Amino acid sequence: MLRLADVTKSFQGTPALHGVGFTVAPGERVALLGHNGAGKSTLMKIILGLIAADAGRISVMGAAPGSMGARAVTAYLPENAAFHPALTGLEQIRYYLRLRGEDPKGARTLLEKVGLGEAARRRIGTYSKGMRQRVGLAQALIGAPRLLVLDEPTSGLDPVSRRDFYAVLDDLAGRGAAILLSSHALTEVEARTDRIVILSGGRLMADDTLAGLRRRAALPIRLQVQARPDTADRVAARLTGTRHNGVRVDLVCGPADKLARLGEISALGALIDDVEVIPPSLEDIYSHFSQRDLP
Amino acid sequence: MNALFAAAGTEFRIALRNRWVTVAVAMMALFALVLSAAGSAATGALGADRLSVTVASLTSLAVYLVPLIALLMSFDAIAGEVERGTLPLVLTYPVARATLLAGKFAAHLGILALAVAVGYGIAAGAALVTDPGAARGLPALWRLLWSSVALGATFLGIGYAISALARRPGAAAGAVIGLWLGVIVLFDLGLLAAVVADGGGAFTTVVFPWLLLGNPADAFRLFNLAASGATAAAAGVGGAAQAIPPALALASVLGWPVLGFGLALAAFRKVTP
Repeated sequence: MLRLADVTKSFQGTPALHGVGFTVAPGERVALLGHNGAGKSTLMKIILGLIAADAGRISVMGAAPGSMGARAVTAYLPENAAFHPALTGLEQIRYYLRLRGEDPKGARTLLEKVGLGEAARRRIGTYSKGMRQRVGLAQALIGAPRLLVLDEPTSGLDPVSRRDFYAVLDDLAGRGAAILLSSHALTEVEARTDRIVILSGGRLMADDTLAGLRRRAALPIRLQVQARPDTADRVAARLTGTRHNGVRVDLVCGPADKLARLGEISALGALIDDVEVIPPSLEDIYSHFSQRDLP
Repeated sequence: MNALFAAAGTEFRIALRNRWVTVAVAMMALFALVLSAAGSAATGALGADRLSVTVASLTSLAVYLVPLIALLMSFDAIAGEVERGTLPLVLTYPVARATLLAGKFAAHLGILALAVAVGYGIAAGAALVTDPGAARGLPALWRLLWSSVALGATFLGIGYAISALARRPGAAAGAVIGLWLGVIVLFDLGLLAAVVADGGGAFTTVVFPWLLLGNPADAFRLFNLAASGATAAAAGVGGAAQAIPPALALASVLGWPVLGFGLALAAFRKVTP
């Protein structure tokens, strides 16, 4: 179990993290979301013991961050994973296996698992960004880690590779690993994580499931009513909505009023052709919690 | 221990691919060959065997070349990893920084030892072929060999320390070249100027020997020349070699590698990726 409480860090007087606290339980996949500079990478480096927090309590599977005990059970995938260009993928993974005291013979299997079996004997200098990212993933799988810290793990991966990546992640979580991964995009992590932590300006803005975030944000829902020809004006007037084009009328309501409004719409009966319910988008929810509009 | 071997093996492989092994060996071999050719003129007047004379010449060569090769191999060791972004990941592995550094050190020192052995081997071979009595110089050659490796170890450590402190390969490269010029070339010139200006005063008799011992390159030269019995064949600080007890020179030759590695480790521990 990864536990963080009141983690605070500043760089030369500029606050980077302020009183951040949350937990990641075994088997749980938690997404860490935030803009650039929100403090995601800083928080990950503190968890890994690469930099020290100014204040707060951190426990990595019961050990202090950066201690040998914590490092032995933690795997890390840095943002833009980099390796020595002169080594081949196979040599690089063999090296990491030996550093963890594992049998270097397992390198081939690991590379095949991430789809690099063909390129294993080529130098990493010739790899694409996505391939390097997969070398990074392969090293993160060494020795059944109990905590995985993944910084923007899918950047540079194509959609198919992303799906494969999340399949590997599901497998690890299924075997009891705690997973913390950062991302820019809520759309990507929505179906793949159990909980979402949102950081903004170094502060924790939310720590909840996606459904919980939706509920708490209570953002307005849009109802698009498709009127029959020539009835749009009447429908707009009856529902006090805005007429958009010849046949469409837009309504906006809070989550609590949704069913009542739908009732009013269906009461219009023959005047209506169809109705579409558009919930707030993931970007809307994210913006709401990170208190900044997306570009 | 397995981690140390893994780090050393990987570092050796990288050096092999980056042609550092080839460059180091070729450099030493080439200079040794040139030196053998130049030294093949008559030396009988000195009363020393050919190999002892060769060792004296090799000492002067090693003083410049060994630190240079060591610094060139080491300046990128940490700064390069910082710049490439490979350091944060490896530091999350359950391996002590001392082990990682020792792995790099073992690989680089191995390459240096290989280069030195090949170079000296060529020069010694030439001496043994031309002078049947040259075998008398073998102990001096052996001493030169291991003390050269110790000299290389010193400058590897100093190079790592600079690499860790500079954090950028460009800055580290500049700093090691500056250090080489200062410690190897200008230091002796400065001392010489000071001795001349002093005119046999307290500086020459009290401070000067300690300054020589404190500089790893000068201590190396003193140690080899004092012991070689062919002092007359070498110029420069050779004269000073008699005034300083060989045991002190030996202590400096052996102490500096430990100090160098200590400096490197202290600097590496301060690096925040």
